[in-house]
Amino acid sequence: MLLKTYNRYTATRSLDAFKNFLFVFPAVAIFCIFYIYPFFELFNLSLHQWQGIGPKVFIGLRNFQELAVDKVWWTSMGHAGYITLIALTFQNALAFALALACDREIRLKHFYRLVFFIPPVLSEVVVGILWNWILNSGMHNGQQIGLFNNFLAQIGLPHLIHNWLSDPKTALTCIAVVHAWKGFGWGFIILLAGLQTIDRQLYEAAKVDGAGMWRTFWNITLPMMLPVIVLVVILTILGSMQVFVLILSLVNQGLVYHTEVPVTRILGAMSGTNQFGYACAQAVILGILLVTVSFTLKSFSNRIKQA
Amino acid sequence: MRRLVSWMFCAVLAGMALGCAQAKKTANEIEVWHWMTDRQDSLQALAERYEQQTGIKVKIALFAPSDSYTQKVIAAAQANVLPDIYGILDKKSIVASFIKAGYVADLTEAFKADNGAWEKRLFAKAINNNRFVEGNVDKVKPGIYGVPLDVSNIQMVYNRALLKRAGIMKPPATFDDFIADAQALRRVGIPPFVTGFGEMWIVDCFASNYAFNIMGEAKVMATFRGEVPYTDPDWIAVFALFKKLADKGVFMEGIVTKGNKYAEQDFALERAAFSFDGSWCVNIYKTMNPGLDYGVLPLPPVSSNFPMRMWDGAGSSLVVNDLSPNKDKAVAFLKWLTAAEQQTYLAEKTNNLPANRDAHRAFTDVLGGFSKVMENTTHPNIWPLNEDPLVVEAFDKGIQAIMIGDETPQQVAGEVQSVKVRQMGRAARP
Repeated sequence: MLLKTYNRYTATRSLDAFKNFLFVFPAVAIFCIFYIYPFFELFNLSLHQWQGIGPKVFIGLRNFQELAVDKVWWTSMGHAGYITLIALTFQNALAFALALACDREIRLKHFYRLVFFIPPVLSEVVVGILWNWILNSGMHNGQQIGLFNNFLAQIGLPHLIHNWLSDPKTALTCIAVVHAWKGFGWGFIILLAGLQTIDRQLYEAAKVDGAGMWRTFWNITLPMMLPVIVLVVILTILGSMQVFVLILSLVNQGLVYHTEVPVTRILGAMSGTNQFGYACAQAVILGILLVTVSFTLKSFSNRIKQA
Repeated sequence: MRRLVSWMFCAVLAGMALGCAQAKKTANEIEVWHWMTDRQDSLQALAERYEQQTGIKVKIALFAPSDSYTQKVIAAAQANVLPDIYGILDKKSIVASFIKAGYVADLTEAFKADNGAWEKRLFAKAINNNRFVEGNVDKVKPGIYGVPLDVSNIQMVYNRALLKRAGIMKPPATFDDFIADAQALRRVGIPPFVTGFGEMWIVDCFASNYAFNIMGEAKVMATFRGEVPYTDPDWIAVFALFKKLADKGVFMEGIVTKGNKYAEQDFALERAAFSFDGSWCVNIYKTMNPGLDYGVLPLPPVSSNFPMRMWDGAGSSLVVNDLSPNKDKAVAFLKWLTAAEQQTYLAEKTNNLPANRDAHRAFTDVLGGFSKVMENTTHPNIWPLNEDPLVVEAFDKGIQAIMIGDETPQQVAGEVQSVKVRQMGRAARP
């Protein structure tokens, strides 16, 4: 009797498991087809010499060996790192400051939330065109064409007028600033959502205990916000290391190699020089780097939470 | 309720599967893929006209921009779902890969039929862009593999009103005249020259025009073969031209990262007196500034040793899918499309130079200026061999570096040569 009941129980469980599996199967299948398979195919292609069409020649790890000594590639990594650094500091500090401001009871806070979220919803191409217009250089009928240079001339600072996007000293910083301008809204929304989950009673208790603004921020806001901050940092790194549409939109195929980032190199290897295998090797290296950084940050965050 | 949800789920899956399947075409239907946004309406109108005349339906599908179109064609080739007629917007070596993979029909017989009637009515240069000659480096069976729809060439355009304002009565005849004119323009606050040097192909085009002028085609080809180094004085002279142009203030500010669309806008809005642009600019300037008073001239030569050759932008060519069951109908449609009547219609509607010689007769002024040099054009597609793409990248980026004062012509020549040596070593590797 007991055995019969047990058998019926296990049969029901297996049937349930099968039904459950059927429900998740489409998602698993889509994930495998569109994520797992392409990843393995990408790695497979990175071991070949291939023009994108025609026969593939297996060359083992030669693409990776060449990549290891490709100075332009590693410089492009450095450029992406610089853009990421500006995003992590300037962009996220701005996002956090604005989120803190909008978390308080201030007038027009809903309006500000809307305004700060406009740049992220704009297409990168549109942002590029817009900033191209702002940072443009050159004169027409005695007037500066670019809005920013025109502004500098109007306020009596003509000596600061510059070829912002065509000078190696300023081009990458301009790109980084525009990227930060476009991206801070995401951080702002996520950080604001995080701030709003903090129990207000904690702040009231701190106030009763006589804690000032800085102490409240340091002992309550920051620890409570740590998982959200880590999330924003990870998203910022992933977004900034892969920036490229904005670059194409601002400086086209680049200012010599001064504005190259990993994705523009991958794109160049694919469509510029038809080295699909090499482009795949670059993509594999970039992917591994980003996954490593993300997991390191996640485990760092977990460790701090446990502490 | 559960059953209903299950049915709906199955219906969605079935819908997705059906959506992924290719729509079946009838025997009297051919499909054309192209990237030419400015020609979509005209091509559509011609397709309707063709259907009325022959009963064959032509589906014209536009995929733009051209980068996306290129990727789509490559993906479609990999999936073996290419249409009956399409264009390959890539280097000749890639076209060769498509041919070798069996995706492009050899049209030589069709061109040679009726004593070569079809071939004769189109520009030889335009046909040659689609021709693989005996002993070609890509090892493709010799033949004509594409049909030119229109042609183009890239020259210098100048704004008459702005030149007049600087006291310049006629456009420059030599490179030195050009420098002198540019300085006169600077003196009255007019930026002399703009073009899309942010796009590498324009840098390459401008530089190779002067390379042909300074050292001739044979020496350029010898360099590609590795017999002449880029450190040769003639190549350094080519690089030095960019330094001279930059030093003399010829370039408009920001030119080095400017896309050609922005450059076209600058010229159309009279922000610069000269531009280096293709014949397609006629249509663009007409849209942006219908009253623009401008003329066209070849790049002013720097030397009298060799003729200045204009880059033919290769125009737009279409190929026939060799695997298409409607191959003959596709060829017949392309033959009809390149006949004088249809070509004149396309030229009138889009201001592009037609591939058919007979359709050129009516052109005057700017388009006529572009038209009359067609026989003196050149293009990498008709060269016996092309430079390695990585060397081309080093060459173009090096020129950018000279323009912004990052490097000297000698340094760039050395760097390009070192890439050349590396690539030749790689090519020799088994």
